[in-house]
Amino acid sequence: MLLIRCPWCGLRSESEFHCNGEVRPTRPYFSSLTDQQSVGHICDRKNYKGWIEEDWCHSKGCGEWFRLSRNTVTHETDQD
Amino acid sequence: MKPKQRYSLVALVKGACRNHQNWERAWQSPPLQPQYDVVIIGGGGHGLATAYYLAKNHGIRKVAVLEKNWIGGGNSGRNTAVIRSNYLRQDSIRFFDRSVQLYETLSRELNYNIMFSQRSEVDILLTNTSMRNMRRRCFNMSLQDVEFKMLTADEVRHRIPVLAPMKECRLPILGGSVQKRAGIARHDAIVWGYARAASAYGVDIIQNIAITGIRRAENGEISGLNTDRGFIKTNKIATVAGGENSSVAEMAGIRLPLQTFNLQAFVSEPIKPVLDVVVNCPDLQVYLSHSDKGELVIGGITDAQQISFRRGGKLAVLDSTVAGLLELFPTFRRLKLMRQWGGALEFARDGSPIISLTPIKGFYVSAGWWGGFKAIPAGGLTLAHTIAKDEPHPLSACYRLNRFDTLNFLMESGTTVPIH
Repeated sequence: MLLIRCPWCGLRSESEFHCNGEVRPTRPYFSSLTDQQSVGHICDRKNYKGWIEEDWCHSKGCGEWFRLSRNTVTHETDQD
Repeated sequence: MKPKQRYSLVALVKGACRNHQNWERAWQSPPLQPQYDVVIIGGGGHGLATAYYLAKNHGIRKVAVLEKNWIGGGNSGRNTAVIRSNYLRQDSIRFFDRSVQLYETLSRELNYNIMFSQRSEVDILLTNTSMRNMRRRCFNMSLQDVEFKMLTADEVRHRIPVLAPMKECRLPILGGSVQKRAGIARHDAIVWGYARAASAYGVDIIQNIAITGIRRAENGEISGLNTDRGFIKTNKIATVAGGENSSVAEMAGIRLPLQTFNLQAFVSEPIKPVLDVVVNCPDLQVYLSHSDKGELVIGGITDAQQISFRRGGKLAVLDSTVAGLLELFPTFRRLKLMRQWGGALEFARDGSPIISLTPIKGFYVSAGWWGGFKAIPAGGLTLAHTIAKDEPHPLSACYRLNRFDTLNFLMESGTTVPIH
């Protein structure tokens, strides 16, 4: 993974992009959750070996946010 | 109990007379037993140190250290060997300074030269933000009676003459900070020293064995573990498998609040002595030291936010680290880089490690280490205490796992890169 395809700009160098980590569920209203569930939302991470969905931003380019599937063991992406 | 063969000048001379045919194996490779009192998963520095202190301080000698590859082949062999204790929080400062103190006497204790060279670590500061951050560390450290002091820009230049001249700097050097007791050590020697000392106490070091599952009894307690060489019965399992602790914990049935990132380092070709301190620059996100072999050992930041188990390099990060290095030391621009590698680092949610009991009786965890090399003696000491007494060691009570349940975070931050 040296090049990433931005939906607007096409193939660009990976150094132009920022990874925001794995896609996480939208934050629920904490008042509707038990303490344990709220803590889980903040602390729990899958730390999964294999394919995960991530949020990426073309931060040094057009600023577009997009989803990318990436393999955490080989760094392959679904664009490769 | 001491190894049968002591290393000393006399032994070396005797060896020289016999063509060095007299040296015994440093540690034994005994056959796997069907049952142990404690099984430690992961034969890195932390795992072996834990086994050593279990045997030495607590008299528990029926211990196995299981390693999937070879001992010291993971992060213990992939770090940049810097030892320091300039941390942010009082609990961390106490813990890491105890570790530095243990390192100071470790060669003698293990009868193994770990080549600990306390050559000081100098932080070069280019922005007011990092000046403020380091001054804050200074105050916190002085409250714990650990020496860490600020330097003026002139003092930094005097200490490190090879720095770029003022007129070539993009950002002027505003000042610096120094911990005199910080330094570097030979990372393999620490692993091998602990392995030899633990083996002399009767600890079984088993290499090339993979864990395939963890068995729990009906009441939920640990009853043993499955490996590719068969079942091992035990009531106490400690996972010290840096980078892979999430997978091991999942086998036991719990999830740890960890994320694994890749951190890379690289070395230059060997050159004559040019740097006699460890240099760290938080603003350019690069740190380096000059090894005894003459190579510059250079490290940077993690591949930000990207979970990775690849243990490899990433061009974008290498590129920015080298750019930072050359900004400080333009004279290094003609050096060739010889080797480059990566390691899998674990970050807990708050940046502090986890040395703890878990909700599962008989399952212990030492995880979340990034820069865990400097913590090997204290990590082993406190985890051994936790396993033997079933309660946290006073030094590591702040690193218990259940701090996350109450969001009682111990927010830590690196000196090269603040992670929050």
